[in-house]
Amino acid sequence: MSEHKRNLLCISALMMAAALIFTGIIIGEPSVIFAKAVRICMECVGIG
Amino acid sequence: MRKNIRLWFQAAFFALTNGYVTGFTQGKIYTGKAKYLCAPGLNCYSCPGALMSCPIGSLQAVLDGRGFALSCYVFGFLMAFGALFGRFICGWMCPFGLVQDLLYRIPVRHKHKNLPGHRYLKNIKYVILALFVILLPSVIVNAAGVGSPWFCEWICPSGTLLGGIPLVLLNSGLRNAVGFRFAWKTGLLTAILLFAVFYYRPFCKYLCPLGGFYGFFNPIAAYRFHIDQDSCTKCGACQRSCKMDIRVFEQPNSMECIRCGDCMRACPHHAIHSTAERIIRQEDGKS
Repeated sequence: MSEHKRNLLCISALMMAAALIFTGIIIGEPSVIFAKAVRICMECVGIG
Repeated sequence: MRKNIRLWFQAAFFALTNGYVTGFTQGKIYTGKAKYLCAPGLNCYSCPGALMSCPIGSLQAVLDGRGFALSCYVFGFLMAFGALFGRFICGWMCPFGLVQDLLYRIPVRHKHKNLPGHRYLKNIKYVILALFVILLPSVIVNAAGVGSPWFCEWICPSGTLLGGIPLVLLNSGLRNAVGFRFAWKTGLLTAILLFAVFYYRPFCKYLCPLGGFYGFFNPIAAYRFHIDQDSCTKCGACQRSCKMDIRVFEQPNSMECIRCGDCMRACPHHAIHSTAERIIRQEDGKS
């Protein structure tokens, strides 16, 4: 794969990442993650 | 200092992303707004010091809550990290990578790069990514339609080491709640840590779903390696120095490469360059 093609793919992936983050924010995913992240996740730490 | 620059960077990054000291003194976790953001490495959000969210835990959290729908937000973070850095994150920014690097420094006899069957075992991480991170949390649900974070629950040694053990030690309420799962996860963590003394980063090589995901981006990431074909003699010094056992002169952007940079230092012909290095050289050439 040429360097030019690699750079193009990298830029495309970054643009898609930005679009996905934006979509996620619009549909309210950050609040789901935040709600999980601010409580001790018993499964994650192996308790229960 | 220069020789250990990666180790210092890893330690500084760990301190930066796990800097909630109150958590360690009181057995609690951080509840501030930084937890809306995903950390690049495998950093359990239930670690008392963690300031950000674990991307693998977050991915499963959204899957749990919304049926078979992948999280746009978390995938966006993962893609952005992957497209910028690839597995540079594993080599420089992951707390569990740092732990394994330190363990491999313990001077014992019979050190090996790989486990027997490395060629096949290295694919397990993709099975774990597909099965434990994506499929099982979305397919196996309870009566209320909520699934479990299978990877966190049964495998993640980073969660046990950075979250489970400190919380159990610091919080008496949690100490009373430990059971079979904690014993299983502590046993698995112990096995991985023991292996890490003799084999280089066994968790990253064989089990880590996050490393597996970032590996897909290595060939196109902004931070890549380049081989100067005019200088390279294919002597193999790069592969001999590579603890991930990559034929760097043939595959400088292998999905397994964690960008530690050992190959660049080992190359007698200085034929391996990173993109960052190339940009600096071009800038120097212009001025």
